[in-house]
Amino acid sequence: MNVSDIVKELDLTVFTGEDYLSREIYGGYVSDLLSDVMGFSSEGDVWITLQTHKNVMAIASLKEHAAVILVKGFKPDQDTINHAAEEGIPILGTHKKTFEISGELYSLLKK
Amino acid sequence: MKLEFAISGGDFSRAGIASSEVKKMLKKINVEPKIIKRVVVALYEAEVNVCAHAYKGNIFVEIDGTKIKIDIIDKGPGIENIDEAMKEGYSTASDAVREMGFGAGMGLSNMKKNADEMSLESKVDEGTKVTIINYLK
Repeated sequence: MNVSDIVKELDLTVFTGEDYLSREIYGGYVSDLLSDVMGFSSEGDVWITLQTHKNVMAIASLKEHAAVILVKGFKPDQDTINHAAEEGIPILGTHKKTFEISGELYSLLKK
Repeated sequence: MKLEFAISGGDFSRAGIASSEVKKMLKKINVEPKIIKRVVVALYEAEVNVCAHAYKGNIFVEIDGTKIKIDIIDKGPGIENIDEAMKEGYSTASDAVREMGFGAGMGLSNMKKNADEMSLESKVDEGTKVTIINYLK
């Protein structure tokens, strides 16, 4: 499954990274603690979070995440968008809460 | 190979730059991805620690054929109780830093887990020196 599949299936907003939606997804990680994500997420994960600042992209890029999903209608800061564009990692968004979107992504990835 | 980076305390916008450069460098010399990932986690946490706690710091990276050695030296408040600081969940980070999702008290333990060797020296009101070593083979 790649990022464009989940954008379609979960009706996600694409804030940036239109050109990188072919990135392959291997799993997901849900956390707002950056050290937790740094220490325990994996390459190819979709990271679900409510953090919107630039350091999110530093971590997503160092960990080679497939994409980031911001929850509850949060929008990325402008410098986060700029950094994401440089790194080629899509930032996606949903109005759903973390629990709901995580459950939906989990079911989708398990198929 | 040697690399050097400067960090200013409080400036989170630059956190991750050293990690990203070191990652590129290790990729270029064909180090195993598994090893690169460990180095990157340890170094990123070190960068964030300087941003979150110190006034300023420098990172010195040395890569030879067998290992990467990174010294992170800061001027700052130092660490009063290193044993306590090493405990997972212990943090002295400010509320502002915590709101960003940092300061969960996992930084030093992430570093210890991901470095092959790690040492930490600190003097209160002077600063802290962390050394991490990872073997490349």
